[in-house]
Parts: sequence; C-alpha cells; structure tokens
Amino acid sequence: MSMQLEKSPTTTGEVVDNYTINFGPQHPAAHGVLRMVLELDGEVIERVDPHVGLLHRGTEKLIEHKTYLQALPYFDRLDYCSPLCMEHSYVLAIEKMLNLEVPLRAQYLRVLFAELTRICNHMLNIGSHVMDVGAMTPNLWLFEIREDCLNFFERASGARMHSAWFRPGGVHQDVPLKLLADMSHWLDTRLPELFEDAMSLVVDNRIFKQRNVDIAVVSRDDAVRWGFSGPMIRAAGIPWDIRKSQPYDVYDRMDFEIPVGTNSDCYDRMMVRVEEVRQSAKIMKQCLAEIPEGPIASDDRKIVPPKRAEMKSSMESLIHHFKLYTEGFHVPAGEVYVATESPKGEFGVYLVSDGTNKPYRCKIRPTAFSHLQAMDFMCKGHMLPDATAILGAIDVVFGECDR
Amino acid sequence: MPVLHSAPRHAPHDGVRDTLSTALGTMLVAAKEEHGEIVLSVARDSLEDALRLLRDEHEYQQLMEIAGVDYPSRPERFEVVYMLLSLTKNHRIIVKTTASEATPVPTATRLWPVAGWLEREVFDMYGVVFAGNQDLRRILTDYGFEGHPFRKDFPLTGYQELRYSEEDKRVVYEPVKLAQDFRSFDFMSPWEGADYVLPGDEKVAPATPPVDEPTTTGKKGVSGAGEPTDSKAEEKASAAAPAKDSSVREKDAPDATDSSPPQDATKKGGEA
Repeated sequence: MSMQLEKSPTTTGEVVDNYTINFGPQHPAAHGVLRMVLELDGEVIERVDPHVGLLHRGTEKLIEHKTYLQALPYFDRLDYCSPLCMEHSYVLAIEKMLNLEVPLRAQYLRVLFAELTRICNHMLNIGSHVMDVGAMTPNLWLFEIREDCLNFFERASGARMHSAWFRPGGVHQDVPLKLLADMSHWLDTRLPELFEDAMSLVVDNRIFKQRNVDIAVVSRDDAVRWGFSGPMIRAAGIPWDIRKSQPYDVYDRMDFEIPVGTNSDCYDRMMVRVEEVRQSAKIMKQCLAEIPEGPIASDDRKIVPPKRAEMKSSMESLIHHFKLYTEGFHVPAGEVYVATESPKGEFGVYLVSDGTNKPYRCKIRPTAFSHLQAMDFMCKGHMLPDATAILGAIDVVFGECDR
Repeated sequence: MPVLHSAPRHAPHDGVRDTLSTALGTMLVAAKEEHGEIVLSVARDSLEDALRLLRDEHEYQQLMEIAGVDYPSRPERFEVVYMLLSLTKNHRIIVKTTASEATPVPTATRLWPVAGWLEREVFDMYGVVFAGNQDLRRILTDYGFEGHPFRKDFPLTGYQELRYSEEDKRVVYEPVKLAQDFRSFDFMSPWEGADYVLPGDEKVAPATPPVDEPTTTGKKGVSGAGEPTDSKAEEKASAAAPAKDSSVREKDAPDATDSSPPQDATKKGGEA
C-alpha cells in the first residue's frame, strides 16, 4: 500500500485533498490479480486506473504455434470458472470455417453442458459477490452446488475443470445414461433446494441491498458505448442475449426467458444472474427431455478421429488417427468472428486461417476487458467500499481478461 | 453452399454488402463475403468517418473488439480489424484497415469509449499507433517491457525471463536461457506442397542442377566410349602394381605399403 502524503495531516493540521492508494494485486476482493490505482478524496473515489495484464500468458501467441486441436485446451484456462463456454466459441469458429455439420446429439450435449457451466459460473460469482459485501454463509452453500457441477463435468470428461470436452465436430465422448439421469434428478431436487435456500438469505437482505442498490448505475447508452454484454447489458434493460438473438447449436429449440434489469445497478446485475440460473436449469431440463440418440461427433474422418475400436481393425482408421494427432486437420483460408453467450457476456473468437493446420491468428474477445475499462466511470463518486461491490457485480476472471 | 455448421445465426446478409459498399463509397477499398462474414476494407485515413457512418446511419451501435494481425511480408504489415455489432438489426460486420509502424491509425475513442483499451492492446502487442488516443500506454505486458510480442518476428519464448533471487531478495530479470531449444514439429504432409528437402532426400537428389539436354549413353561419340577410352584404360596409373614379395621386384614398382613380413617368414615362425 503506497500512500502519497505530502504532509502528514496529524502533524501539521493541514487537510490532504486527494491521495492515491493501491488496490491489489493481492487483494481478496480483486477476484484474481487486478491492481487498481485509486485516487481518493477522503473516502470518495475520484479516479480509477485498473492495471491489468498481470496474468498475461500470451495465449493467443501460443495458439499460433499449435494445431487447431492442440490449441483447444488453452480455452479452458481462459475463464477457468466457465471452461466449456470458452471452448464453445472456439469449436464453433472452426466449424464455421470448415462448414462442418455437427450431429444433433452433440449439439444437445453442448447446450446441456454449456448451461451447466453457466450455473457453475454463477454459483461462484454470486457467492463471491455476496462475500465481497460481507456475507459468508451463502458462498459456502453455493459452493455445494458448484461442487455438484464439477462432479458432473468429471463424470462426462474426466476432468473437473479443464475438460477439453467440446471438440471440432462434436464432443469428445458420449455421456453415460446414468449421468443424464442423475443430472435430471439433481435439477429437480438438490439444485432448487440449495439455490433457493441460499438466495433467501441474500435477495431481500437489508445489508446486501444497502451495499448494492443504486451503486454504479449505467444508462442504456453508456452500456452500449462501453461495449457491455451479458448480464451487464441486460441489467441496463437491454434484452440482448446471443443465445436468443443469434442462436447457435440447439438454442433455437429451447424455450427460455431473458431476465432484464430495471435500475441498472449492482443489485440488478446480481439478480439477472440469479434468474439466469433458473432459466439455465429450465434449458437443461428441456435438453434432457429431448436429447436424441445418435453419434456424438461428425463422421468426417478428415476432422474427427475414429473410435478406438475401429482403429484395431481398419488400416484407414489408423491412418486417419495418426494424421489427425500429428499433422491435424487443415482449415480453409479466411477469417471468421464467432461470439457466443458465455456466462459473463459475449465471448468471441476472431480466427484467421491461412489454409494450414495451425491458426494464423486467434484473437480472443474477453468479456471482462470491456467491463473493467468501465470501472473508472462506474466508480466515480462512489465510496471506496463500493469498488468491491462493483467489481463483484462485473464478474471478472483474470485468466480470461489477461489471456 | 448450404450452411451446415451450427455457429451463431444472426440476421441474413441479403444485400448488406452492396448497401454498405454504396454508402461507404470512396472510403471503401474492398468488400468481400466469405465464410458467412462480411468484411469491409476501408482506407486508413477515412476509418473514423467510415465507422461513424456505420454507427450513426447503419445502426452498428456496438464495437465489440479490435484485433491486430501481422503479415510481415506486406508493405503495410499490420491489419487492424474492428468487429461491429448491430443490436437493432441483429447483425455483425467486420471492418478493417492496414497500417505499418510508421503510419498511425485514427482512433475510434471519439466514437466508442470502449476503443480506448482495445487500441491500447493492439498498440502493446503490435506497435500500431493510434492517432488521437489520449492514453496509449501498454496494457497487458509487464511494466518496462520492450518490444511488441505478438509480431510474427518476436520469438515465442521472448527475450527476458524473471526469477526470485535469494541473494538480492527481489525478482531479477535475466536473458532467456532455455534448457532445451523450442521444438517446433512439422507434421505437414511432404506430398502436399512442402517447399523444402526432406532429411535424407538430399542424398538422392542430384548434386548438380539438371541441364536442359541430358547426356545419354546411346552413341559412342556422346558417351565417350570406344578406342580412345579403351586405350586410356590400358595405361597404368603407376608403372606397376605393388610387389607382394620385396625380393621379387618388378622394375619401377613402388614400395609395399604394408610393412608385414613376407608370408613364408610367418610360416617358418609358426613352426619354430
């Protein structure tokens, strides 16, 4: 902590107008490695200068040196709270360039697990937001749900967080029937019970409301000009959801509502997420009811590797497998920008291909980058403790913001 | 080509490219529609006007992203790519322009405040300068970083590495020392247009460049076979072959290179 005091107010009796403090990079409410240089007038924030990039790993550069399939696991490590939604944009971008058809079952599985990811992400965000403004218990309760979600991921892909389960052309493996049955049971019993219990502590809580209502009000115009997306733009009263307006996979078959805010403050942002959890559960139930039997990945053997058993008897399959895991597949030259609705907002991938087996350029559009930039004007005039509430309501994860 | 993929489906492109091309007029350099994306290339100097036109009169309200791309072989090596989104028309377009290190791109911060950080990132990663951006600092790289890491000629490993030094009790920066070279495997099919000689192939390939008319051995005159060659072959390189027995020496024969004793001597030695 660096206090730039010209003269100590206690010794001379002079009043110090403005001083600058460091928030982070190691701060429990910074949600990772964020450093904010705050210029304060007493306890009122005059200016915020967020310093990001402390977690910059050069993912985009690394991707340029990997084949398309090898680059996929990097996406899990961007927003490590919603890994499958990160993969979703990437695989859709590749499929768009290849114009590759994905079997219906795979599309359903992707939507099912993308929504499970959304629930998982919101559990963490709602919990930590609530904790940032002083409540401990809901976070612990919500982590129980999150733990269930992670167990489902593990049963589907073998990994709790970094699944690498969405693949160009479909998903990696089929899910066992028991998993779908358990998921259905969980949606009917445990999720609503635990979630509504935790929310009953929060949504009408006086202290929580005092800390969040009318904090960081953003007008509709500002939300558009500052490139907001996801719950941030919906809280401002703009019913914009890419799942609804630009449906991908089987979202156009799903029946769900888009919650919007009325006041565009931190409380609305949080309540939009609360309702999204319920809507996600609704989408998941529809997926489980409608999911058809069939293949879980495209049968284009120039892109999707063959089954293990097939390789034991077919020379052709063995060659395909070998070529796909050494050289990889080639993507026709061109450029696409594919954005999906990640739990935090619009997560986009701008992919440039030069016709080889490696991306020429893969620009990742993080959600938090634009939102964090707005910290300055959102915090202006608020008190220092409001900064943590605002930051919690933005829902930042630095793996994604810094890439 | 029918759309088979399941990527996000926004409003159709019907006629959008032509409408926007006409509207942009001379500001437009090229317009293409490929892989389901409308890409408009705009002259660098008129970029701000073009973006303002698209925002105000064609309802592309949101600037979602600015991406830099590096093509080192081009005279203006960088492309700056703007992703625009229309919330009302539910449509996306890509607008792009070119730049080099020396040619600043007009800023978009006067149109969208969100462009501030997006431009800072392009500047940080590629060194493209944005004229009019009031706060063009580095954003993602370390304090005091030098160079632009996403350029194609910047090595993946970088130049500096840092570690905590127990002696100095602080983090120190040092030049990168790799225990093992960065390995870049090339799995491209050699029969699909590799422009290099495969390891081992250089033995097969002729050492001299191929000539227009290959020499054939069909005729004596061409191949050099016949009397002169035969007589040349008759000539001895040296006057005589090396002698096996030094006692029986042909006249002018060179000394034996082997200094072992004659065979008879070994036989006698064996019996004794």
